[in-house]
Amino acid sequence: MKRFSAFNVVSLTLGFAFLYLPMIILVIYSFNDSKLVTVWAGFSTRWYGELLQNEAFLDAAWVTIRVAVASSTIATVLGTMAAYVLVRAGRFHGRTLFSGMIYAPLVMPEVITGLSLLLLFIGIGLDRGIVTIILAHTTFSMCYVSVVVSSRLVSFDRSLEEAALDLGCTPFAAFRLVTLPIIAPAVISGWLLAFTLSLDDLVIASFTAGPSATTLPIKIFSAVRLGVSPEINALSTIMIGIVTVGVITASLVSKRASVKQQAEEQAAVRAT
Amino acid sequence: MRRLILIAVPYLWLLALFLVPFLIVLKISLSDTAIAIPPYTPTLDLAGGWAAFKDFLGQLDMENFVWLTEDDLYWKAYLSSVKIAFFATVLTLVAGYPIAYAMARAAPEWRPTLLMLVILPFWTSFLIRVYAWMGILSNEGLLNGLLLKLGLIAEPLTILNTNAAVYIGIVYTYLPFMILPIYSALEKMDESLLEAAEDLGCSRLQAFWLVTVPLSKQGIIAGCFLVFIPVVGEFVIPSLLGGSGTLMIGKVLFEEFFNNRDWPVASAVAVILLLILIIPIILFQRNEQKQREAEG
Amino acid sequence: MAETVFAPWTDPQQKPLIQFKGVTKRFGDFIAIDNLSQDIYAQEFFALLGPSGCGKTTMMRMLAGFEAPTEGQILIAGQDVARVPPNKRAVNMMFQSYALFPHLTVWDNIAFGLRREGKSKAEIEPRVAEMLRLTRLERFARRKPHQISGGQRQRVALARSLAKAPKLLLLDEPLGALDAKLRQQTQFELMDIQEKTGTTFVIVTHDQEEAMTVASRVAVMDEGRIIQVATPPEIYEQPNSVYVADFIGDVNIIEGVAHPQADGYDILWVEGRQPLHAKSTRSFSNGQRCFLAMRPEKVAIGTEEPETRNKVKGRIIDIAYLGNLSTYHVEVPGGRIIKAQTANTRRLSRRTLTWEDEVWLSWTETAAVMLEE
Repeated sequence: MKRFSAFNVVSLTLGFAFLYLPMIILVIYSFNDSKLVTVWAGFSTRWYGELLQNEAFLDAAWVTIRVAVASSTIATVLGTMAAYVLVRAGRFHGRTLFSGMIYAPLVMPEVITGLSLLLLFIGIGLDRGIVTIILAHTTFSMCYVSVVVSSRLVSFDRSLEEAALDLGCTPFAAFRLVTLPIIAPAVISGWLLAFTLSLDDLVIASFTAGPSATTLPIKIFSAVRLGVSPEINALSTIMIGIVTVGVITASLVSKRASVKQQAEEQAAVRAT
Repeated sequence: MRRLILIAVPYLWLLALFLVPFLIVLKISLSDTAIAIPPYTPTLDLAGGWAAFKDFLGQLDMENFVWLTEDDLYWKAYLSSVKIAFFATVLTLVAGYPIAYAMARAAPEWRPTLLMLVILPFWTSFLIRVYAWMGILSNEGLLNGLLLKLGLIAEPLTILNTNAAVYIGIVYTYLPFMILPIYSALEKMDESLLEAAEDLGCSRLQAFWLVTVPLSKQGIIAGCFLVFIPVVGEFVIPSLLGGSGTLMIGKVLFEEFFNNRDWPVASAVAVILLLILIIPIILFQRNEQKQREAEG
Repeated sequence: MAETVFAPWTDPQQKPLIQFKGVTKRFGDFIAIDNLSQDIYAQEFFALLGPSGCGKTTMMRMLAGFEAPTEGQILIAGQDVARVPPNKRAVNMMFQSYALFPHLTVWDNIAFGLRREGKSKAEIEPRVAEMLRLTRLERFARRKPHQISGGQRQRVALARSLAKAPKLLLLDEPLGALDAKLRQQTQFELMDIQEKTGTTFVIVTHDQEEAMTVASRVAVMDEGRIIQVATPPEIYEQPNSVYVADFIGDVNIIEGVAHPQADGYDILWVEGRQPLHAKSTRSFSNGQRCFLAMRPEKVAIGTEEPETRNKVKGRIIDIAYLGNLSTYHVEVPGGRIIKAQTANTRRLSRRTLTWEDEVWLSWTETAAVMLEE
């Protein structure tokens, strides 16, 4: 590494310290026995215990998970359809508007999306609750899904679909038997992205949630507005832990798959 | 037929849940506040036919927009949002570029791991990442504790609930958005270009300015827009880390809506916010387009 | 010869398998196929040859059903296929990229079309086994496409497209991705398989050598039209136009003016020089402009003046040494370059001709073909 100078080492070290120290501190202090979050009073898991007693949080967590599963699943279906339309349907009336509506929500400030959806729900007299949050989350996350899936579809060799048709598939069977299995990784990462976005969202949920359904971010937000609390530290640690394990597992699995594939390809080259 | 269904389903969904709501915002921004449910007039009565529709149009006006220009809270908030977003973008660039550069120069077998380390925080809750700084920056927080212990300061610094905390929060949460596009631009760069530049008489620094920076230009532009655009409408960071002096339009809109229940003014605030963002959004799309063309 | 020559196109009793009738295909303003009519017979190995953009791929995609003609009719076995979608046609295609399904094994790729037909396991298994045997892929049945080599992938693609026993097999640049050695070997395999299965093959290629090797008839295409359809030897020896002569192999084209004589034509090509002499099956009027097309290997080169009617003196300005052959670029009066090719039957060290040598070029009166344009 000719050009990997001390400067690079320093910027990487500082950069990753900046990215990770706050979270590491958060995790450490979630095991602090003291109620005062900045004074270390010994190791304890009491805040985890209290968190599990807190029904309001547990209810909100359950709502959040249901919303995230439902909205990311619907968004994956709609987003994959939209991606297919964008990449494959060719020209049709209103295509520009369609692609505009796909890309606009990605950069639209959340406050505007939230406000506009709330006004719609009130306008049509739909009671705010879990359904409205699902509708709202589906709408913005389907756009993310369609961006992820369409970037995969663009590089997809179209002759694979033609080969399927040539061998007797109907267009739908070609999609089910050939296209979908091949773009599956993109569809899955689209789903994961939609799921995370939904778990994470505070602003849009604040607008579209009603008194009957509160999500975890709303609950956390109203709690932390009053200041740092050890229970929130514990909750954050659990969430960070889940994400970390998930991401590392996913990357190890994909790394192993690619190493295996490379080895097999090399074996194939040698065999001939 | 299948094709029609395929197009129609996502199309209608987006029309109903993206375009129509936005038109409603536009319409309400032109209405008057009323003490009623919903708290604005006029409401459109479709049963009244064309005459009612004309009457309805006649009642719409720009009053809320005039109000926005007259009350300096709003335009100060817009100005301050854009200002904070701008400086925060510059700070994020300064912090992110060296990291992206170092990642792109790291050994190839290390790059996926480094990349994962940058992406990992992105998957973690935004709210939690902002919250993490509250415990660090508060008056009795860890940073002050550390500085006091080291004897660098005599009494705690007030950082939390100031603009400084907002800047720290933005740089922290948006850093991956800056690093990733710059990294992907730098990673594609052929290292022999730098050797060629040095061979032709450049110093290392000159080679950096004349070769590396121009080649990563599109990544820099993309990264800056990816930070700037959402930060202008940011709500969580100013609410949690900012103080009473932190004026940001996302927060104003939120409060206007929930605390004052002034829907028409909130809608007008949203419309102006979008107008402000339209130019950077278009520029961003154009940059992406150019990049796609360059690659395709 | 005891064997009858395979030439159904010469027999008016034969019914063609494929008929293009006045087919035009437009993409917007671009005319890909221009009012084209052509018959292709059962069990033919028919090659569509031309540069990229000549319309050969469009013709093939219309046969497969991926494109519909703008005007005209395409009949397969007498039936108009305009309204038949690709999945309902008894036509299969081997794609240029092979289009092997990366998520399926070799075995499953080959069985794919059979499964779509709703065949039972008992029918599918022996058929797939037969295809694997035909393409010598038995050992690789359980591998995925990325686990086998390029040549093996090519054979999987062939096996997959043949599995359904189509009436017609379309091959889109089937050997384009293979290296030269493997390509040659595979060409013979293709011919062998075509003969064994008795399937009609239509192949699209831009490689003239490939078309000449495999095909029973070659159609040379340009700008959406078929310029000439003929057997490989006819295409090479009797091109009907300068375009075909130039496209197939190496050729010298000499422009001149024809003057009919008792035993052929005299062709004036350079003012004040001895005219060239050639025989022609085509007739030319006195003073008509004509082109003489002459293959370099039919031009003899020597240091001594030969005793033939067609001879030109010139100077060697370039030698392309290809190992088995050498091509001499000889500048003749008028500044024209004529290429002459000789087989290097002697060792290099004993070769006598070299740069700047004065040489005589000569050829027989039947060596060159007279063309109008």
